[in-house]
Amino acid sequence: MENIYSLIAFVLLSGLVLGSALLVVTLKNLVHSVLWLIVTFIGVAGVFLLLRADFVAAVQVLVYAGAVCIMIAFGVMLVQRTEMAGSNPVNWRFKIAAPLVGGLFIVIGLLTAKAQWVVSGKEVPTQTVENLAPILLQDFVIPFEVAAILLTVALTGALVLVKEVKANGDRS
Amino acid sequence: MATGLNPSYFIALSAALFAIGLYGAISRKNAIAVLIAIELMLTAVNINLVAFNKFLTPEAFIGQIFAIFVITVAAAEVGLGLAIVIAIYRNRKSVNLDDFDWMKW
Amino acid sequence: MVQFALNHAWLVPLLPALAFVIIVFLTRPWPRVSSTVSIAAIFSSFVLASSIAYGVFTNPGFIEKPLEYSLRWFGMEGFTVKVGVLLDPTSTMMLFMVSMVAALIQIYSTGYMEGDPQYSVFFSYLSLFAASMLGLVISSNLLQMFVMWELVGLCSFLLIGFYTFKISAREAAKKAFMTTRIGDFGMLLGLLFLQIIFGTLDLTELAQRVPAFEQFGISLGLLTLIAILVFIGPIGKSGQFPLHVWLPDAMEGPTPVSALIHAATMVVAGVYLVGRTLFLFAEVPGAMEVVAFIGAFTALFAATIALTQREIKRILAYSTVSQLGYMMLALGVGSLSAGMFHLWTHAFFKALMFLGAGSVLHALHNKADVWDMGGLIKKMPITGWTFVIGGLAIAGIPPFAGFWSKDEILAVTLQYATHGHSLGYVLFFMATFTAFLTAFYMWRMIFLTFFGKEKPENHPHESPRSMTFPLIVLAGFATLGGLIGTPWANYWSKWIHFGQPHHGEPSIGLMLLSVFLGVAGIGLAYIFYYKDEEKLRVKQLAERYQTLYKISFNKYYVDELYLWFTRTVVDAGAKVLYWFDIHVVDGIIDGMAGFTKVSGRGLRYLQTGKLQTYALVFFLAVLVITVVLAFGNPTSAGILGGGK
Repeated sequence: MENIYSLIAFVLLSGLVLGSALLVVTLKNLVHSVLWLIVTFIGVAGVFLLLRADFVAAVQVLVYAGAVCIMIAFGVMLVQRTEMAGSNPVNWRFKIAAPLVGGLFIVIGLLTAKAQWVVSGKEVPTQTVENLAPILLQDFVIPFEVAAILLTVALTGALVLVKEVKANGDRS
Repeated sequence: MATGLNPSYFIALSAALFAIGLYGAISRKNAIAVLIAIELMLTAVNINLVAFNKFLTPEAFIGQIFAIFVITVAAAEVGLGLAIVIAIYRNRKSVNLDDFDWMKW
Repeated sequence: MVQFALNHAWLVPLLPALAFVIIVFLTRPWPRVSSTVSIAAIFSSFVLASSIAYGVFTNPGFIEKPLEYSLRWFGMEGFTVKVGVLLDPTSTMMLFMVSMVAALIQIYSTGYMEGDPQYSVFFSYLSLFAASMLGLVISSNLLQMFVMWELVGLCSFLLIGFYTFKISAREAAKKAFMTTRIGDFGMLLGLLFLQIIFGTLDLTELAQRVPAFEQFGISLGLLTLIAILVFIGPIGKSGQFPLHVWLPDAMEGPTPVSALIHAATMVVAGVYLVGRTLFLFAEVPGAMEVVAFIGAFTALFAATIALTQREIKRILAYSTVSQLGYMMLALGVGSLSAGMFHLWTHAFFKALMFLGAGSVLHALHNKADVWDMGGLIKKMPITGWTFVIGGLAIAGIPPFAGFWSKDEILAVTLQYATHGHSLGYVLFFMATFTAFLTAFYMWRMIFLTFFGKEKPENHPHESPRSMTFPLIVLAGFATLGGLIGTPWANYWSKWIHFGQPHHGEPSIGLMLLSVFLGVAGIGLAYIFYYKDEEKLRVKQLAERYQTLYKISFNKYYVDELYLWFTRTVVDAGAKVLYWFDIHVVDGIIDGMAGFTKVSGRGLRYLQTGKLQTYALVFFLAVLVITVVLAFGNPTSAGILGGGK
């Protein structure tokens, strides 16, 4: 019976993710897009849970649904001071882009259908954090630290970029 | 098949999400909307990674580690991207990507 | 000592090479030190070479089985080149002769080059020259020999052009280098053929394989071609017709250099090489005939030019060309022993005469025209009398060295003719006539230079002892050096021979003919240039046969012919190629550049600067490539991880 439940869960979550994602890229109002983006991310977090990746799901909710979306919302506010209703227009490329992404989806789907997976019969341990921690802080400690530095640098760079520029071009 | 699901489902989901993100990235005029669409694409990749982790190497956690790094980088990327958009907006009073074509001939 | 020398024969070329390095890097600022180092090195080489000679000539075993040792130099799959030492009587004789003449010339140079600002440099070049020549002599394989051969060519270039401030010297150096390069190129081709066909350039191995050339799948014709290609190298190096033109011009160098190049080292390298590879020539009668005829023709040709030349060194140069022709003739008729014998005697008397000429030029401050000299023997007795000995030797008057070797060549040529080669009589006639001419022009020079009336404007003086000492030593060898090869006691051909040793009965008739020709030549010169004080008769003769005189004086216009050839054919070809370069080669390049420019100008409009367009195109391409890879070709689906 568990199979059925997980299948139903998958279908529902997929519907949620894809539907909200479609809304994200089609809505005219950018603020609405951002709100639906939160829904999408939460849906993806659900998918992660379905895949027994609870830590990643938590990070997904925290970073994406929380931090990133809020940041984007602030970005929208900072740049879009007039009315929001038509803030996200479509350009001429959608006519080509729509069949392109359709084709891409079909091709990937066909290739996936043909693929034969060597599925490991084992299960993901239930305690993912305990297993992730040694990997992240021992085996991958250098990439981990580099990622930390990357984040610091990126955010410092962002700060420098958005700093108010005076009329004489002086950045201080 | 413990869950009755197999990787193909998740890859199809991921592909669909990726396609949607790509559509958004190509067809929206607003630079922030394009950033959002890119986030969708990255998320789609994460689904793939986690799904592979689940089905192919459940005990190695490589996929999850990768997904975490992708999330980290995506966060940095969106922060920088927004900063750039804001900086450009200050100079040009526009967020329309089609206006940002001064890197042409 | 002897055993040490035999086992360390490589030291003989190495010592002068070392001297070269020391002079260049250390002692250059101190001329006296440089010359001492150089002479010490070459003298040690000479001592070693003498020991080797003693060792080889007292042990008859070396005649049949040469001493050879070598190391691996470099190699690759199925191809190894060794560097080694091959000591047999021929190379030993050369080692002894070259090191001795080089040592004497270096001693002489200390006097001759006194006060020259480039004194040290000169000695470093001389050392390098001696090193490369000695290295050439002991080489056990042809590639090693070729390297040394080129080094010799390089040194000759440096030394001929030693007076870099003289345009003519620079031109002569270039001419020598380029002319010999032509020959070297042919020779290199020949060596490549040998390597490809016989799989080795080792002299002893080649000597075993070449006679069985049919087993290597080549025809006599191809072997003839190879032999002639190899022979082109000696044509260039040994100044044989038609590549002799560089040799007289090489007189632009300092006189010791002329002596070194023309007597002991460079020019005889060609003869030596032919001697070394005689096993190759012996297989192909056609190539032998070519060698013999080129030799005989060169001998006669150069002798007729020498008749009318006026510069003392030029006369000697043409005489060298002529004598080299003799050696080639001897080799061409198949007698290694006669050719090498003449090489041996010639080295002494020609070095003697060049050094004597240098002494004269030194005394007269480089006045070179023999017509401006006269009566020098009174003021310069040592130079004069040693020169006379040289003249007697080259004219073939017994018992001087030249007589025995020249007689030997005439004998083998006659033998060649009587053994079924009817053309040999032509060769014999050419050789005998040349012998007569040689005596004549040599004694013309001697009478004009050393005898007759003294010119009041000249203030000659005898040269310093460092210059006369080598003259005396060389005169000794020019007198006695031939006695080891007399027909009555022919040690020479017992030691140095190819195939069966030559057992010709001493032919008194031939000797008488030879002596008669020499005496006749000298007598004629005596009548024309000594008795006839005002030289009226020769002037009349020159007037009467003006055309002949001019042809001879202008060296048969060979230089002019080459000049004409370069001016018309080569320059015209160059013009065509220039046009081709400008319009076709550059045209292609310009066209490519233009195409890039135009297409770039057109294509840059694709760069819209709009990021999303780029993304669109990028993913369209991804889609197309994926489709093609995944569905276009069933085998390529695997690349994408698709199913079977």
